[in-house]
Amino acid sequence: MNASALIQAVKDRFPAAVKAAHAYRGDATVVLAREFLLEAAGTLKEDPAFQMSYLMDLTAVDFSAFGKKPAHAFFASSGVQLQPSPDIPDPDPWPGPPGPERFAVVYHFFSHRLKHRLRLEVPVDEDDAEVDSLTSLWAGADWLEREVWDMFGIRFRGHPHLRRILMYQEFAGHPLRKDYPVNKRQPLIGPVN
Amino acid sequence: MAQATPGRLETRDMLLNIGPAHPAMHGIIRIVAQLDGEQVVDVDVEIGYLHRGFEKMSETVDYNGVIPYTDRLNYVSPLINNMGYCMAVEKLLAISVPERCHYIRVILSEISRITDHLTCVGASAMELGAFTVFLYMIKAREYLWELVEMVTGARLTVSYCRVGGVKGDLPEGFAEQCRKALGETRKVLAESHALLTRNRIFVDRMSGTGTISQEDAISYGITGPFLRATGADYDVRKDCPYSVYDRFEFDVPVGTRGDNYDRYLVRMEEMEQSMRLIEQGLRDIPPGPFQTNPETGLPIPAAEMVDEGKIGNIQAIAGARAVTDPTLDGSAKPQHPNIAADEKRVFLPPKEDTYGNIEGLMQHFKLVMYGHGIRPRKGEVYFPVEGANGELGFYIVSDGADKPYRVRVRPPCFAIMSALPKLLIGDMAADLVPTFGSVNMIGGELDR
Repeated sequence: MNASALIQAVKDRFPAAVKAAHAYRGDATVVLAREFLLEAAGTLKEDPAFQMSYLMDLTAVDFSAFGKKPAHAFFASSGVQLQPSPDIPDPDPWPGPPGPERFAVVYHFFSHRLKHRLRLEVPVDEDDAEVDSLTSLWAGADWLEREVWDMFGIRFRGHPHLRRILMYQEFAGHPLRKDYPVNKRQPLIGPVN
Repeated sequence: MAQATPGRLETRDMLLNIGPAHPAMHGIIRIVAQLDGEQVVDVDVEIGYLHRGFEKMSETVDYNGVIPYTDRLNYVSPLINNMGYCMAVEKLLAISVPERCHYIRVILSEISRITDHLTCVGASAMELGAFTVFLYMIKAREYLWELVEMVTGARLTVSYCRVGGVKGDLPEGFAEQCRKALGETRKVLAESHALLTRNRIFVDRMSGTGTISQEDAISYGITGPFLRATGADYDVRKDCPYSVYDRFEFDVPVGTRGDNYDRYLVRMEEMEQSMRLIEQGLRDIPPGPFQTNPETGLPIPAAEMVDEGKIGNIQAIAGARAVTDPTLDGSAKPQHPNIAADEKRVFLPPKEDTYGNIEGLMQHFKLVMYGHGIRPRKGEVYFPVEGANGELGFYIVSDGADKPYRVRVRPPCFAIMSALPKLLIGDMAADLVPTFGSVNMIGGELDR
């Protein structure tokens, strides 16, 4: 299925759940309401029309600083934006971040049999940063969700043991959030024993 | 099994801590194995010891500035990371690169794939006592790294790809050198086959250990040779062809049982296929039409070009590039327009131009100075390439600024490592070493 057909199929299957969709640069992307995630992911995996056997990647984006970066220098506006080349499909322009919410959890699915890819974005707010865990569908979601929790502080409902994975347990904060300063130092783990 | 059975001795599980610094743990990783006798009954894998904040750091530098960081993701095949990242940014910018550049990237990726597999197979063989094979394979890797050094000037931290091209063209005599290195590698592979493939000790240790079924592998998101050993034939180069891979003829080897031995065989065969790809690449790579005189096939010296221009004979040299004295431009390596996209707002100019003329200097300035640089339009892309370990994907979000808003790398061995408990439980403690070796864990991309 090509990107637009795939988007249409997902829209037809979940008319209430799909908030927006686009195929920027040929990547089929669907923005999904949070409460339909588990159901939609299950269908994407099992339904013969989708057969998304792979949860290729699971990550998140913190959109809180999106487009708000102050101009760095006097010449900051001198960068010229580029026009796309005709070789690469650009059927529709990028509509912007998936929603007003601070975070978006981003899932990349891939169908081993049908060779199509789908990106699913689930916007979540900061004060209620929780989505359903996909560990019941894909075993690989376990570590990926732990990483998103570690880096962004988004919780996954139903995850068997949501704990930090890349940082150590005593680490405070979630480093990939935009308000975490890049040069912030934290004490390493205290004296052993 | 911790309870006392009547008439038998009480047994108790033992916790065996392996790592973080252990000779068999390639990199730094901690495995806590719970053993019942010699059998592994539970495993806890702890990663993160090499976390350097790749994704966070990428948000603080410009698009070209991320390239050196990508070298350090997979330090056994850095060229594939370079290529994956650059192609993701190119997709974001929607620019295309010239043919010759595609071929250079393919050839160098395949060389990197061989070096990666050589390291993996050699190191796992060494851990099983086959030290000779390790030395042979490192010898072969050395030939290939010499090629890499010849092209990029570095062995490991190459930073060779650029957004919109590659740093420089292939050096003179690369094709012959490359064929010679492939010949040596073939010899080494034949020797290693003779030493390992039917070696009783090796087969006994590898066969039937670390088994994973195809369904489980897919559920864990495992790709690459590890998946192909289970019989699934997913290869990004075949299934979602990128660059010019669709023009090449190569086979995707698959295993049947998904154990360590099959993974060894798949890797050995993949090296052979990579060599096929390199040979086809060297055969089909388009010559640089701009770099040479179309009649003689030789580079045009600058003085001759001036003379031709003076008499108005510009037809033959239109678009050609003069060769200048290597001592003037600081590098003897020719820089050709046909290895980089014709897009001055993206591609860093050759150093000859940066230091040699004002246009080059300005182009360089506009790309590297604070507040300038590449500015893709707002958007997001995901671009997968076939890394040596599996699908290596870059997900990049741009907010229209000169720095990437978010760079996410999908590291292939992360998925495999998350399946490690599944692979180890039920096996003997001694099987831990070959199984872990066949994962080919690369700390750089695992922990980022």
